[in-house]
Amino acid sequence: MTDTPTSDVTIDSKDASCPGPLMDLIGKVKTLDSGTVVELQTTERNSTTDVPEWLEEAGHELLEIEERDEYWSIYLEVN
Amino acid sequence: MHRIAIVGGGTGGTVLANRLASELRTEIEDGEVEVRLITADPNHVYKPTFLYVPFGKKTVDDATRPIEELIDSRVTLTIDEVTDVNTDRNRLSLADRTTSLRYDQLVLATGATLEPEAVPGLAEGGHHFYGPDGAEALRDELAEFTEGHLVLSVVGVPHMCPAAPVEFTLMVDDWLRERGRRADVDITYTYPINRAHGLESIADWATDRFEERGIDVETFFNVDEIDPESEVVETVEGTELEYDLFVAIPPHRGSDLVADAGLGDDGWVDVDRHTLEATATEDVYAIGDAADVPTSKAGSVAHYEAGVVADRIASRARGQTPTATYDGKTVCFLEAGMDEATFIEFEYGEEPYVREPSKPLHWAKLGYNESYWLTARGLL
Repeated sequence: MTDTPTSDVTIDSKDASCPGPLMDLIGKVKTLDSGTVVELQTTERNSTTDVPEWLEEAGHELLEIEERDEYWSIYLEVN
Repeated sequence: MHRIAIVGGGTGGTVLANRLASELRTEIEDGEVEVRLITADPNHVYKPTFLYVPFGKKTVDDATRPIEELIDSRVTLTIDEVTDVNTDRNRLSLADRTTSLRYDQLVLATGATLEPEAVPGLAEGGHHFYGPDGAEALRDELAEFTEGHLVLSVVGVPHMCPAAPVEFTLMVDDWLRERGRRADVDITYTYPINRAHGLESIADWATDRFEERGIDVETFFNVDEIDPESEVVETVEGTELEYDLFVAIPPHRGSDLVADAGLGDDGWVDVDRHTLEATATEDVYAIGDAADVPTSKAGSVAHYEAGVVADRIASRARGQTPTATYDGKTVCFLEAGMDEATFIEFEYGEEPYVREPSKPLHWAKLGYNESYWLTARGLL
């Protein structure tokens, strides 16, 4: 059992096909302050690998990926 | 009188109006049904033509026809701007009319709008081929471009015609080779995610061809700003790239009309992906780029969606239960150079198969561009 991070911002990208969720995230992260915790909700399986790769590339921190009944929640902290 | 209103005179709106005029001709002639197309632009524009303008293969005039010439005479054509959609009262406000229009069924086909100003420096420092002025300016620039670094950068996703950035890159490579300039020009293609295209099969295909032709690829490349003075692009990932000619796929946005009506954020209408009915209200559909569905913003999508919505609307107008659904069908030609092309087709959830490019497919593509006007009339 992991502790679910408390998010400051939720991005609902459910039903968006690739690369929609990642692009939604990139667009939003540009507007957020350092330290903001974001929950990205996605039904696109590729997001669970694409998003962590981008976070590493862009220097943000992946906190947690949680699989829910019909989507994934990807938690991250903006650096 | 059952009133059907269509907002937007692009591929989706035009094909839909003509399909409905044909499907409901008896009801229209009997005065039981009205099909009205409302568009602010008296011209219909076939945007894929602009891809060929920078290479001198087409002109901006080739892309345009008066919409009046394309629309069935049974359609009521209104050249005006819709300023408000009131879904509670089923009414539309127009810029030049004092009274609003009532509708029983409404289709929003309001398309996508270029938004280069969303990225600092892009409007001043970048070129594009997604509109008439941009395509002509790029044509003039390319004609004089003999050496240096050409960067093709996909700045915004989603954008119209997802194949076009790959096509332009392969075409400009070929075009420069034909003119003996390629050895003096470096080409870099950039894409926002970790591969060269959103669709994996196209990404794999394009990456192989780029490698064969000595085209550099930069991924995870999200343009943050452009400095036109020093000719440098900076990304949110911290990359800097110098350019001599920067060709961008600008960010796109939907319609303010859609956002103001509460039908979808960013101007894309939230719809059921199969029925294309708006999720926020009743009696409203969206087709083409305006519809937020998980497939490409491509003309073929608008075309197939228009067919489905025509069937659904005609059923409703007759008091029947609509059964037609859209399965995500998308067909795209891809130019692989100046004289060869391939094509792909896929539905929701499918990965397209990219065929080996050939000259006959290139000619088929050019042939389709000419016959497009029959598509707009609802004949193809």
